[in-house]
Amino acid sequence: MNPFEYARPTTEAEAIDFLNDHGGQTAVLSGGTDLMNLLKRDVVQPQRVVDIKHVSSMNGIQRVDDGVLIGANVTLDQALAAHELVEYQSLLQVIDGHRSIQMQGMGTLVGDLCQMPSCWYFRNGYGLLALKDGASLVEQGDNRYHAIFGNSGPAKFVSASRFAPGFIAWEAKVRVIGPQPTQEEFVPLEYFFATPKTNTQGVTILKPGQLVTHVWLPIAKPTMKSAAYEVLESNGLDRPQAAASVCLNVQSDIVREARIVLGHVAPTPWIAHEAARALVGHKVTEDTVSHVADIAVSRATPLSMNDYKVQMTRAAVKRALLRAVDQLDPELV
Amino acid sequence: MHDHEEESRGPGFNRRDFLRGSGAAVAATALVNGAHEGLAAQDVKKGVVAAGKAQDIKLKVNGKEVTAKVENRVTLLDVLRDDLQLTGCKEVCDTTNCGACTVMIDGKAVYACSRLAIECEGKDIKTVESLRNGDTVDPVITGFCKHDAMQCGFCTPGFVVATRAFLNQKPNASLEEIRKGLGGNICRCGTYAGITACAMEIAQKGGA
Repeated sequence: MNPFEYARPTTEAEAIDFLNDHGGQTAVLSGGTDLMNLLKRDVVQPQRVVDIKHVSSMNGIQRVDDGVLIGANVTLDQALAAHELVEYQSLLQVIDGHRSIQMQGMGTLVGDLCQMPSCWYFRNGYGLLALKDGASLVEQGDNRYHAIFGNSGPAKFVSASRFAPGFIAWEAKVRVIGPQPTQEEFVPLEYFFATPKTNTQGVTILKPGQLVTHVWLPIAKPTMKSAAYEVLESNGLDRPQAAASVCLNVQSDIVREARIVLGHVAPTPWIAHEAARALVGHKVTEDTVSHVADIAVSRATPLSMNDYKVQMTRAAVKRALLRAVDQLDPELV
Repeated sequence: MHDHEEESRGPGFNRRDFLRGSGAAVAATALVNGAHEGLAAQDVKKGVVAAGKAQDIKLKVNGKEVTAKVENRVTLLDVLRDDLQLTGCKEVCDTTNCGACTVMIDGKAVYACSRLAIECEGKDIKTVESLRNGDTVDPVITGFCKHDAMQCGFCTPGFVVATRAFLNQKPNASLEEIRKGLGGNICRCGTYAGITACAMEIAQKGGA
């Protein structure tokens, strides 16, 4: 690790001020489960690390008029125990999928949204685009965990966030503050992620001096049903190879609205608009979910070593949909 | 245990003394580098600790207030092992995967490899050493012995702390909950059956 300054703000204004110094060559620290690994490998080399854990406005979960606000310091185990979140089943299922009390106790939901890809070329210093002498190492090399959607450009990694598909399916927004002291914006989460075209661009729209303070969830209507399904390589800590989160408005067994979002298949969370449209007006049955899952993966463009992920994604969509209406075989959960 | 401690304090050459010596050399190099990069304290404002400069931080470890002189970038694991000689927690993967470095911070199991020491000021830190009081040891340790839950033993201290923290949270855990909860620790020898049997037995008795 390179030397860095350590800053401990207690207010949001102070946090922005600390992040703006050194031309924005600064990093936000809360749970540290991703940042520490990036620092140790010198993948990021900030001049200053800003520890936001002492900014009290970013602690805790609170009900607001139009929904629920989750602070940036809220850890997974806090979210799992929070009565404000019991209706958001898809998110709780993903927390439960983190099979480690350490990760649940340290990691934060907002940190998950902001983490960097786990692409091994990126983590070994080849940048997000993994270019060597102008050629893509991913295309030529071992791409078994890389993208099967949105990979026609230079970026071929997959978005690392496990909660983004669930939050996007719930139409969540993130509260972004900075770089000006009083600047504040609620950004729909689906527009928060970005696919870099050059090695100097990032994976989100955040600019230097900005940070996410909260994630906002709309009120869960009683007819809303949500679920997630992550395909995990083993029972331990591995990241999912494919995942789907769904949020359905079901009235008299008929789906009136549907959102299906895929994870770990593209450089950003991947919204399956067409598949979701195909479900509207129908009951959730083995037949309909099979048809919908076919549509969800019909435009996949796998790389040389990852066509197996297409079938996994298809299964994840089917199982998430069935899980949302309590029809998934418990053996498969 | 006592004998061993006496032995390691005695004269002669052993592994820990060697490591202590080489650690000091590394620290000295780091300081020289820091000075070269011109990161001076006067550049830094209120609420910001300068880079590349070892400063005193106060920690509460196993109930005792201690002071360590560390740079910002030093992890809690390194302070515990190298400065405070609490070598129960181990560095194995150093990337939040294996759990060998697990300690409790304010009662929660935490990977000490991925916490900066300076972040832990004011927190209540407990290492595996806190689970022994004279000749009395925590039931988790007794249970690990009884169920033959170790082979090479390198992951064991981290596993013991994780098991204790988990059972404090979920005193009546089920087998499935134990498997999920302890998924953040890895044993290369594969002693999982013994570990889950130990945790199960304690959970059936109410977690104590």
